[in-house]
Amino acid sequence: MSLLDQHDARSCVLLRLGERRFALAAEQIAELVAPSRVFRFAHRTTEIDGVIVRRGRVVAVCDLAERLTGKKLTYRRFYLVATQRRGASLDWVAVPVSGECELITADLTPAGESDSPHVAAWLSHDGEVIEVLNLEALLPRVGQSAALAEAGVPEARP
Amino acid sequence: MQFAATHKSPQPRTEQIILFRCSSQIFAISSASVQEVRSVDSLAGTPLEINEPAVPKVRHMFRRGESNLYVVNGAVHFGLRPSPASLIFLLRRARTALLIDGIEKMTTMSRLQALPAAFCHEERIWYRGLTVLDQSVIPVVSPAGFLTDDELFLLDTVASRNAVPATAPANELGLSL
Repeated sequence: MSLLDQHDARSCVLLRLGERRFALAAEQIAELVAPSRVFRFAHRTTEIDGVIVRRGRVVAVCDLAERLTGKKLTYRRFYLVATQRRGASLDWVAVPVSGECELITADLTPAGESDSPHVAAWLSHDGEVIEVLNLEALLPRVGQSAALAEAGVPEARP
Repeated sequence: MQFAATHKSPQPRTEQIILFRCSSQIFAISSASVQEVRSVDSLAGTPLEINEPAVPKVRHMFRRGESNLYVVNGAVHFGLRPSPASLIFLLRRARTALLIDGIEKMTTMSRLQALPAAFCHEERIWYRGLTVLDQSVIPVVSPAGFLTDDELFLLDTVASRNAVPATAPANELGLSL
């Protein structure tokens, strides 16, 4: 059952990106880690900032703030390491966040047809209505590369 | 009666690699993929110029036996700032030579990790994966990733168009008789 189909209370992690708060389903979160050295090498996936090494595993760092808030994060408080199933394998992605994260249980309202693809659901917390993110829609994936290539190959990022 | 254990724990598989520089970035390549390392100076005069606008990373080629070897500028290939190259790797079982800034060192890697799936552009062709060495993450290049079959076809077409047949009459060579 996907997040969209569920109306009952779910565990979510609230994360802060600049001025705004978003949520991710708790089962998608592997851990919350302190910022560590980001290693950069030549590549053309502009959404990826670089990689960090976590428990011997190389994890891509993907700053979602620019896409979600229009501004890059100027300060990275933690990396929220999320997991994403890609076929048979489980991929890890580190999402920089600018403030404390909070584990909550909340009732989710499924996203409507008019909502952006990156919105999996909505939740209400402390008088604030918060988007529950659909990571699949936010993270780059191989299927996107052809469309992006048609739009012009971005410069390699050292 | 007890028998001594006859098998040892398996040694981790390692692979010898060459760390090289392209435009101040460090890359690794399996030393088994490199047939020869030559200085740019030692090739002076031998390479032929080739100009195919669709493949700007290749500006030179040379003949080896029956086939053309195309010299790929590493910095241009990886989209990095061009820098003065000093060495050429002639790659084994490939029609590619790689122009690089210099060799950093030879070492061994014991683990090659897959490129995270979030990387979804040409880097998936460029790299076999990533390795962690001396607290750094180094991309391990794929020797087959420098020129695609389409690019090789294009370059072969240009090369054959530019080739001057050995038996061509002098006037066809543009020489006056």
